[in-house]
Amino acid sequence: MPMSSPIESGRILSYGDALCEAVAMEMERDESVFVIGLNVTDHKAILGSTRGLVQRFGPDRVIESPLSEDAVTGIATGAAMAGLRPIHVHIRMDFLMLCMNQLVNMSAKAHYMYNGQLKAPMVVRAIIGKSWGQGAQHSQALHGMFMHVPGLKVVAPSNAYDAKGCMIAAIRDNNPVIFVEHRMLYYTDAFVPEESYTVEFGKARIVRPGDDITVVGISNMLVESLRAQELLAEIGISAEVIDPISLAPLDMDAITKSVRKTGRLLVVDNAWTSTGASAEILAGVAERLGGERPIMVSRMGFAPTTCPTTSALEKGFYPTPVTIASRIHRMVRPDAAVWEPDAGHAEMAYQLKFRGPF
Amino acid sequence: MYTTGMVEDIYRSLRLIRRTEEEVARLYPSDVIKSPIHLSIGQEFVSVGVIGAVGDDDVVSATYRGHAAYIAKGGDLRRFMAEMYGKANGCAGGKAGSMHLIDMERNVLGMSAVVATTIPVSVGYAMALKREGRGRIVVCFFGDGASEEGVFSESLNFASLHKIPVLFVCENNGYAIHARIEERWANEALSRRVETFGIPARHVADGNVFSIRKAAEELVGYIRAGNGPAFMECAAYRWREHVGPNEDYNDGYRERAALEAWQAKDQMEVVGAMLDQGRRRTIDAGIEEMIADAVQFADAGPWPEPEQLYAHVFAD
Repeated sequence: MPMSSPIESGRILSYGDALCEAVAMEMERDESVFVIGLNVTDHKAILGSTRGLVQRFGPDRVIESPLSEDAVTGIATGAAMAGLRPIHVHIRMDFLMLCMNQLVNMSAKAHYMYNGQLKAPMVVRAIIGKSWGQGAQHSQALHGMFMHVPGLKVVAPSNAYDAKGCMIAAIRDNNPVIFVEHRMLYYTDAFVPEESYTVEFGKARIVRPGDDITVVGISNMLVESLRAQELLAEIGISAEVIDPISLAPLDMDAITKSVRKTGRLLVVDNAWTSTGASAEILAGVAERLGGERPIMVSRMGFAPTTCPTTSALEKGFYPTPVTIASRIHRMVRPDAAVWEPDAGHAEMAYQLKFRGPF
Repeated sequence: MYTTGMVEDIYRSLRLIRRTEEEVARLYPSDVIKSPIHLSIGQEFVSVGVIGAVGDDDVVSATYRGHAAYIAKGGDLRRFMAEMYGKANGCAGGKAGSMHLIDMERNVLGMSAVVATTIPVSVGYAMALKREGRGRIVVCFFGDGASEEGVFSESLNFASLHKIPVLFVCENNGYAIHARIEERWANEALSRRVETFGIPARHVADGNVFSIRKAAEELVGYIRAGNGPAFMECAAYRWREHVGPNEDYNDGYRERAALEAWQAKDQMEVVGAMLDQGRRRTIDAGIEEMIADAVQFADAGPWPEPEQLYAHVFAD
């Protein structure tokens, strides 16, 4: 079966196709749903995730956008206040910096600031790039910035099943939802039901049960952590791998329960660690356990640098199944010699598939 | 051209805004109002002139200097004053204060303190109204400073491209806080800049409420006919300080002579002089009663319960 599929049988679908299917189903069901963004109607169709939508629903509901991220975020917010349900699409998350003013100052606050008289149900899709020289400004994962702001929800599904269910839930949610996707996950498949379903926000999933350590993997780092878990199983280390799925709200109860059992926690984020999701999860667990038992904690994420373009440096920028497995080994067996799995053995199919340019 | 009733309506609105804000300014030093106030005193005529040209079903969007638009659109005066006081019976339960007024029952869209943020929001709201197909429009007020933000140009382009039913109204009072327009604009021809987006633009420079009303009526007709957005720039003058209840002519950045020139054509007095003076006194007395009632309502209103801190972070 596809490695990261939460269900065990049925139809196999890619991440992008699952997203596209979710949007099409909701557009069919609810006329207030519309899509807007740069290149959502072109032949490449946002890595296929908007394929066929403009042909099916027309240019009034699948709207090509000028390069005006700030205004279009405000336009989506205003349309949402008036009762529509926009989905604003960004081929790279880096461009969300141009949307920050509207998202933080208006979308996130409208419901609160106006005491419930307005709401802003909108989905902001953002794809994180990686490898083949995406470099400084096509690789950033900025979900931590949005987790910081009350009023925003942030989800980061790691597989096609959750992508579809989270997208349907995000569209139906009455709040702004930052929908974090990862370029590499577009090369993954999962079993995806044909019918409509939602994946609930704020409910983590234990993807692999284990006893020695709790590993929380965010976005595509869940996939890389699962590979590490397999490599560790070969040497008798049992890692419990958790997919938080949504980052705001965050299911701290499930994560804490697991750490209470294992006594060790590693958070592997597809982002910088400083003041990010990994920091939040570690702090939350520490607060909740409150010294009831000693725990060992650690984090992995981007190197604390700008992402370099050259592969010679970029390979050191990201956690990999090798570095994750090695870190876990060190945490579980601190007295043993440093161990690393064979790099060739650890290589992942979805990385081999991506050839660029974008 | 205008009936006595219409002139009375214009006067009543101008007078109500002026006197309400004067009352807010009078109360301010007592600290019953703890919210940054940006008074419209002296430039009320822009809101009154434009809003007179639209209907109850049309939507008005304004800024942190939005008392005039709120009141001109018929926003609830009691709830306005209670909002100034931070009371639970305010128009946003005390969470908004002076800068984020809202009254959706009167189609007053929520206001914003971050300059220009409401411009694209207005376009988006109007896009939804276009889809609704009932001919409703959005009037979007903003200042000359907002026209410098990139999002203004982005919004004009989008609105024109998609023929969005929105009337953009720039209240040009010549200052961004204290920075003069000559320090900020390479070229003063704002209307011409807007026209390059394919949007009809009017510049009303005479500070006359009837000129504004007439221009607005024409542009609203253009918008309702399905032609897309329109724009007007209205010259005005902020009589008080940028934020707060006082005058600031001793601060050295502007001269009292400029104020006096505008006061000489104060639209509230000009329009008031057109009325039968007995009738005017009756209107004035009614306004004083309304304001006193609103202050009493605010004063007697309850504080929000502590749990309201956590209400409405997320919509259900």
